[in-house]
Amino acid sequence: MTGGAREAAAGIRPASTDAVLRLQGVRKSFGATPVLRGIDLEVREHEVVALIGASGSGKSTLLRCVTLLEGLDDGQIFLRGDDISDPRVDADRVRARMGVVFQQFNLFPHIRVLDNVTLAARRVLREPRASAEARALELLDRVGLADKAREYPDRLSGGQQQRVAIVRAVATSPEVLLLDEITSALDPELVGEVLDLVRELAAEGTTIVMATHEMAFARDVADRVVFLDGGVVLEQGPAAQLFAAPREERTRAFLARYRGA
Amino acid sequence: MPTRPFDDTAPSAVELERRAYRRRQTTRSVAVSLVSTIVFAALIWLTVVNTPGFERVRQSFFDLDVAIAAWPRVIEGLWVNIQVLAVAVVGVALLGTLLAVLRTLRGPVFFPLRALAAAYTDLFRGLPLIIVLFLVGFGVPGLELFPRNSAQFWGTIALILTYSAYVSEVFRAGIEAVHPSQRLAARSLGLSHGQTMRIVVLPQAVRKVTPALMNDFVAMQKDVGLISVLGVVDAVRAAQIETAQNFNFTPYVLAGLLFVLLALPMIRLTDWYTARLRAREQIGSIV
Repeated sequence: MTGGAREAAAGIRPASTDAVLRLQGVRKSFGATPVLRGIDLEVREHEVVALIGASGSGKSTLLRCVTLLEGLDDGQIFLRGDDISDPRVDADRVRARMGVVFQQFNLFPHIRVLDNVTLAARRVLREPRASAEARALELLDRVGLADKAREYPDRLSGGQQQRVAIVRAVATSPEVLLLDEITSALDPELVGEVLDLVRELAAEGTTIVMATHEMAFARDVADRVVFLDGGVVLEQGPAAQLFAAPREERTRAFLARYRGA
Repeated sequence: MPTRPFDDTAPSAVELERRAYRRRQTTRSVAVSLVSTIVFAALIWLTVVNTPGFERVRQSFFDLDVAIAAWPRVIEGLWVNIQVLAVAVVGVALLGTLLAVLRTLRGPVFFPLRALAAAYTDLFRGLPLIIVLFLVGFGVPGLELFPRNSAQFWGTIALILTYSAYVSEVFRAGIEAVHPSQRLAARSLGLSHGQTMRIVVLPQAVRKVTPALMNDFVAMQKDVGLISVLGVVDAVRAAQIETAQNFNFTPYVLAGLLFVLLALPMIRLTDWYTARLRAREQIGSIV
């Protein structure tokens, strides 16, 4: 870890007890390639954190480590104080406490939209079908997709599919919502409707960690922006400050490539 | 004079002309294919009829009276084939799925199961079915470990053993063709490995490989005839007995025709389903 990164990480906020998610010295390599080289990060209740950085900077790997889809090489991850990186924890139980949306291939194509949304509630939380469906329909109605509930996912546009995926992720009232570049595979005209939904969830106080390339959106919605570079948190801060006056040269260079674009 | 009012449903003159052209083309190609078929069939027919031995072959292979006489016995034998087939299909579906799932298990604990399943598929895909039939049909009863079972029983077992190996490979290809993100999405919803397999992966895998599975079913439909080598009086064996009695091969032709008739619905169904699947894919789905 560089000196600048350590200062930046330490300078933000003192460790608080109401952290929903806390990462300590998280390391991960793929073969000989180090991807995460000691990540420290804290996400508090109702906070919206945007992870930015070039492709290969470790944003997606970080989220995959948090969801235990990848094992760690070193370090610890805490979800409300529980060490979820402990190999003795039941990974399925941990994942049931999080909501995750990926870039694509989120929905299960062989079951209807409504069944997609209620699957976790029915099979993992063992909720009766009737109440799970009632709540799912309510959620779908709020995002304007109630009329698509009985359709199969391939009848929906990419933007609609991602909105359903988000609804599915929040249907089980997760403690934190993790979004991994959810608009990267969408046509430009469909990005807005998906981001609007995230904006709404953020306004309602959902705790969100999102990896994104949508800088304008990150500036708008995120409480805090985290710049990953070379597998470390190089710089982080309130969105307005980080975008307006980045302290690190590499952050400036990265942001410059998005300006005017 | 006002021009023709704008109507976006009426086809333009150009389109009308195109349609007329397409209609003419269709009529022409139907006519051409009809004539060509008739000429082709006539040529083959004349060639065969004019071969020196045709009359003798017709008598010994296509004798209607012999066919009618052999009918009851052959059809009774075919019923045995259908029974064996019905049991074997269920057995193959179960054992094939089990083998495929075993081979996709991760983790060191499951190494012996994985290795066993892999060795099994290697062995039974390599062994000719007729050898499996002999080994199982004559060898296993020789152990005198089991109560005496019929040749039909052991024939069915041999079929299940062989075809499960093929079907499990087809299943495995299907399981691996399901996009890994689907598994990730399921796991991130909190579904366990077993639930992910059962609810998310297997249903999609089966859909992907259904045409291939149906094709294996068609292949098995005719291979049930091989159980006759164990002495089971199925359609093939019945035809053999009839042939030996009359020194006339017509019963074989009869049995063959019946097997084709048995397979036809499934062959058509496979074609139809494959076409439907292709049409669905061309609509274009993102997921």
